[in-house]
Amino acid sequence: MPNLANPTVFVDLTRKTLPWLAAATLALFAVGLTLSFTAPPDYQQGESAKIMYLHVPAAWMSTFVYGVMAVAALGTLVWRHPLADAALKGAAPLGAGFTFICLATGSLWGKPMWGTYWVWDARLTSVLVLFLLYLGLIALWRAIEDSGRAARAAAILTLVGCVNLPIIKFSVEWWNTLHQPASVFRLGGPTIAPSLLWPLIVMALAFTFLFLTLHLMSIRNEVLRRRIARVTMLAAAEGDRLAPAFAAKGA
Amino acid sequence: MSDPHTGFVIAAYAVAAAVIAAMIGAVVFDYRRLSVHLDEATRALEAARGGRSKDRH
Repeated sequence: MPNLANPTVFVDLTRKTLPWLAAATLALFAVGLTLSFTAPPDYQQGESAKIMYLHVPAAWMSTFVYGVMAVAALGTLVWRHPLADAALKGAAPLGAGFTFICLATGSLWGKPMWGTYWVWDARLTSVLVLFLLYLGLIALWRAIEDSGRAARAAAILTLVGCVNLPIIKFSVEWWNTLHQPASVFRLGGPTIAPSLLWPLIVMALAFTFLFLTLHLMSIRNEVLRRRIARVTMLAAAEGDRLAPAFAAKGA
Repeated sequence: MSDPHTGFVIAAYAVAAAVIAAMIGAVVFDYRRLSVHLDEATRALEAARGGRSKDRH
């Protein structure tokens, strides 16, 4: 088992795994999109049900990415893993992207089915809060100059924001909402026909692999950012040591 | 697709494609920019260390 706490080992590992992950992501999207476009139309919603193949995986990823960030936040605060804050920082923009896809595609699905792009119902509002949490975390990283303090503040905010995850999950059961209840992950099994369920599963895998690929790339970027800071500091320190010698020569 | 809601389906796929392309583009662009910066910083460090070793001689 490679020591993933060592950034050099981690970067070497990403160099080997990223091409395979990227290829798997492309293949899954190719199969998933083909299955999605050839899937039969829904008997009530017609072709607009094809939005489901984007909306539902994006919705799953929006909460899954936040779960990954919560583990990374624990890694930062409790276990002090050297790459945990890089994982936390790298995941936030990806989570924001998936949540935006979920909100935008949901809105475009809502107009033909509900007659409106937006309602302030519990599910939609709690997902909007999740999107704002992602944006807040990105802003927090940029607002605090000291990377250690920024990491701790972001980790605390991430853990506080976890309270929103069960609200999103159970909002359709706790309140009367326009949004439908769960139809895949539910007791008694999925209520979707297999011909519609399989494309959904493949697209969900494609979104998951896309996140894994981009997340590894983002963590590698953070490792590079730290190397640049270290090398720049070393170069500045060398420059400081040289400065008296140059001053003496000049004199 | 002769469905009356085809426009909404196309718009949804277009938005998702644009956001995913932006996410990939941002990460790849950041990597290229950082790689260039790291090369520059490494050259600056080597130049500074070279200057120090010349200074000793």
